[in-house]
Amino acid sequence: MKKLFLLSLLLLTGCAQQTLRGTGDLGVVVERADGRLAIVDNSRRAILGSVEGLGDLSHASAVFARDGRYAYVFGRDGGITKVDLLARRIDRRVIQAGNSIGGAISQDGRIVVAQNYEPGGIKAFDAETLELLADIPSSYGNEGRRSKVVGLADLPGNKFAFALFDAGEIWIADLSDVRQPKLTKFRNIGNQPYDGLVTPDGRYYLAGLFGEDGVALLDLWRPELGVKRILAAYGRGEEKLPVFKMPHLRGWAVAGRRAYLPAVGRHEVLVVDTETWQEVARIPVKGQPVFVIARPDARQIWVNFAFPDNGWVQVIDTLDNKLLETLAPGKAVLHLEFTPKGEQVWISARDDNRVLIYDTQTLKPLAELPAASPSGIFFSSRAARIGF
Amino acid sequence: MRILLLGLTLSFCLSAAAQQPTAARQRELIRLVRQDCGSCHGMTLKGGLGSPLLPENLRDKPADSLVAVVLQGRPGTPMSAWKSILEENEAQWIIAELIKGFPQE
Ligand code: HEC
Repeated sequence: MKKLFLLSLLLLTGCAQQTLRGTGDLGVVVERADGRLAIVDNSRRAILGSVEGLGDLSHASAVFARDGRYAYVFGRDGGITKVDLLARRIDRRVIQAGNSIGGAISQDGRIVVAQNYEPGGIKAFDAETLELLADIPSSYGNEGRRSKVVGLADLPGNKFAFALFDAGEIWIADLSDVRQPKLTKFRNIGNQPYDGLVTPDGRYYLAGLFGEDGVALLDLWRPELGVKRILAAYGRGEEKLPVFKMPHLRGWAVAGRRAYLPAVGRHEVLVVDTETWQEVARIPVKGQPVFVIARPDARQIWVNFAFPDNGWVQVIDTLDNKLLETLAPGKAVLHLEFTPKGEQVWISARDDNRVLIYDTQTLKPLAELPAASPSGIFFSSRAARIGF
Repeated sequence: MRILLLGLTLSFCLSAAAQQPTAARQRELIRLVRQDCGSCHGMTLKGGLGSPLLPENLRDKPADSLVAVVLQGRPGTPMSAWKSILEENEAQWIIAELIKGFPQE
């Protein structure tokens, strides 16, 4: 009798620990050297637990199921791991390529797409089961070569845009009937597109160019107008500074009418008017920008930098496009992520083995969390945003 | 004559030995290659935007020209010149280690 009582007590307390909760304030921190994710809670600023066994997570990124429960993590080793944020375990995992660089999730949340370097192309999977649905090789030219794919972004209409680094092309894949993908190819868009982004309204796709100055711009509402070049003259005649890490466009900084973009080979953030697509300002910064990210209310832009300036983070005020603050959060700052409405920003400092949490009003640190070689930080609020 | 030659070889060897990065610097270089070169070449060096840097990829290429790629970069590609960050002997050490199979951190 006593035993039974104890047992039911145990069961009850066991249940009590599993209280219902939402996932809107959950996220993951990639611990890249250990193939592990920390599951974090951005309301309590706490690490809830960790999930192991995700393989090679150098350059890993994540997208979220639209119910906010699952993260899909894309690893360098071609792995896609579907992680249950509530149960804190791997739900499913597939290895789908030799060398992968990220992914995206469709507008309707049913298709997860991976972008691959090797073999070059994109692959579409059932978001529920990770079953392969479509395989689209990035073949170009006449010799059957396949390009590395960069800049994958989800678009309205269950479409995806991406760029071919080696071919200088932008492709749109319409996966509204995923078993019969329809491709639209834009050729000669510029030399070596290195990353891409879609504007928050889903209208424009931009691909940054490494091999020449400028950015390729496609109006997705009027694709028949073709790809235009913007910012073509931003570095004209000047020798480029070395780029010790490629900038990222994903995680865009479109703030109101303005887009803030990293210059390549110069220590500047470029500001473009998104109605005319003319350059309106250049903001000198500490180093080669890597991530240039708008706070969700668009009043501030936060920037981190390539090696060897990767100990700095700078904050730009979008009212006057002036630097507001220069912060030194830690060694080797790899990524920044805002809480859903932007009152905090989480910053990973790889070589300090910690994540710093800053108040974005006071620009002062609030807390720090331990993490082994943290790189990407991804919150589930991404689930509801186009291009994330 | 022999002694002179011997002396020359010796001093050559000595200066080459003196040029090895210190143990502490080697640890920094290992981290730099895995983490920072790794952002393009992959932490496991099996390639990414940058080409793979595993022994089988480099073994048959002249080490000097690979050292030159590291220091001078390869124009027209994302491979930048690292000469503002790395000394020549450091680049030589990195290439020698890459060809052997790069140490883990
Ligand atoms: C910004 C990206 C980037 C970074 C960072 C980078 N590389 Fe490279 N590297 C490349 C690319 C791209 C190539 C291939 C160039 C080509 O197409 O020929 C390359 C080529 C090389 C090669 C020539 C390989 C061959 O087979 O010919 C060596 C050696 C090399 N890199 C070493 C390094 C080292 C050492 C570092 C760090 C100190 C480094 N790289 C950092 C992008 C990068």
